[in-house]
Amino acid sequence: MHKRLILYLFILSLTFFKNVNGAESEGMPQLNPEFWVSQIFWLILTFGSLFIILSKFVLPKISNNLEMRKSQILENIETAEKQKIESENKIKEYETLINNSKNEARNYFNEARKKIIQDIDQKREKIEKDINQEIQNAEKEIIELKKSSPEKINKIATETSIHLIKQLIGEEINNSSISAIVEDLSRKNKEKNYGN
Amino acid sequence: MATNPMHQFNVYRIGPEIKIDQIDISFTNASLFMVISSLVILIVFNLGSLKKRIVPGKMQLLAELSYLFISKMINDTAGSKGKPYFSFIFSLFMFVLFCNMLGMLPYAFTVTSHIIVTFVLAAFIFIGVTVIGFIKHGLGYLKLFVPSGVPIVLLPLIVIIEIISYLSRPISLSVRLFANMMAGHTMMKVFGGFVISLGLVGGWLPLSFSVALTGLEILVAFLQAYVFAILTCIYLNDALNLHH
Repeated sequence: MHKRLILYLFILSLTFFKNVNGAESEGMPQLNPEFWVSQIFWLILTFGSLFIILSKFVLPKISNNLEMRKSQILENIETAEKQKIESENKIKEYETLINNSKNEARNYFNEARKKIIQDIDQKREKIEKDINQEIQNAEKEIIELKKSSPEKINKIATETSIHLIKQLIGEEINNSSISAIVEDLSRKNKEKNYGN
Repeated sequence: MATNPMHQFNVYRIGPEIKIDQIDISFTNASLFMVISSLVILIVFNLGSLKKRIVPGKMQLLAELSYLFISKMINDTAGSKGKPYFSFIFSLFMFVLFCNMLGMLPYAFTVTSHIIVTFVLAAFIFIGVTVIGFIKHGLGYLKLFVPSGVPIVLLPLIVIIEIISYLSRPISLSVRLFANMMAGHTMMKVFGGFVISLGLVGGWLPLSFSVALTGLEILVAFLQAYVFAILTCIYLNDALNLHH
């Protein structure tokens, strides 16, 4: 289709211009054999020299370049892989180092904590002993005080009751009878007054 | 005179007449453009191979891409056996391509628009391929004309057709390139003439057509060089790997 169109236009143009320049047209210059030998000669010369120069000097350089690039890239990839492995090993070493140091730190920490806890325990035990002793002493004193306090209270009670009776009645009453009454009362109220 | 669309194909002498034993080998405009194309190819690819960088520059990339393009083409069509002919195919492709492309410049001469040039190239390829075939396979190369799996009754006819098609290879190869180049350039010239003759009023249509044709012709220039090279590869493949 396309070729036919071109051919058609070509023929059309030929006839068109044949009419215009009918006198000068010589047909196709390609079919004029005047310079055929010259063209063949120069074609062989130029194409031959082009072929020789390209194949001897230029193309080997280009293929060398390409191969050099390929090999260099391969080398680079190899070194990159080596370095990658090295760096991975380094990372492993680093991680083990970090783990070791973490463990050491933990151990130090644990030991220190144990020591401190022991220290604290010892001190606490001491303090607790002291406190216990103090408490015991205080309890003893309280017990003694408890023991002695009813007698004193009884005495005070008898004395006050004697004074009260003296002022109320104006008579002196026997000491011993009042104290008996007081003791009797205190014994009865003992649980109420001195119970914890 | 200048409006004759065939005028651009005229070959004329540049400088003195050179004769060796009555044979005229004068330097002509055709010779000039052959020399220019060869020089341009050499300059481009020399520049492209001078610097050896890992990351290529523009010229180096151009040279290397062309190299890989041709080597891939040969590998795809002729296989690994075609490798020794790489430089020839490369030179051939580049020569035809640059002649076509330089012909697209205004006032330039298109070397490949002459049947004698393309025919010499095609004939050289044809003879070379035939010689290679006979060297590689001896008389067994004649099996190329006897396709396998053909009924014996049809065999004489098929063999004659195969021989004719084989012999017409250089003609088809050369005429294809020559006719494409000539037709394209003639068309461009014709439409250029229309622009002038129709003037400011009507000249715009042929002008726009001419612009489109220029693009088409650049495509054709590349395509024909590619076709020329790839057909050479295919013929070479027949000679190298006989598989009929």
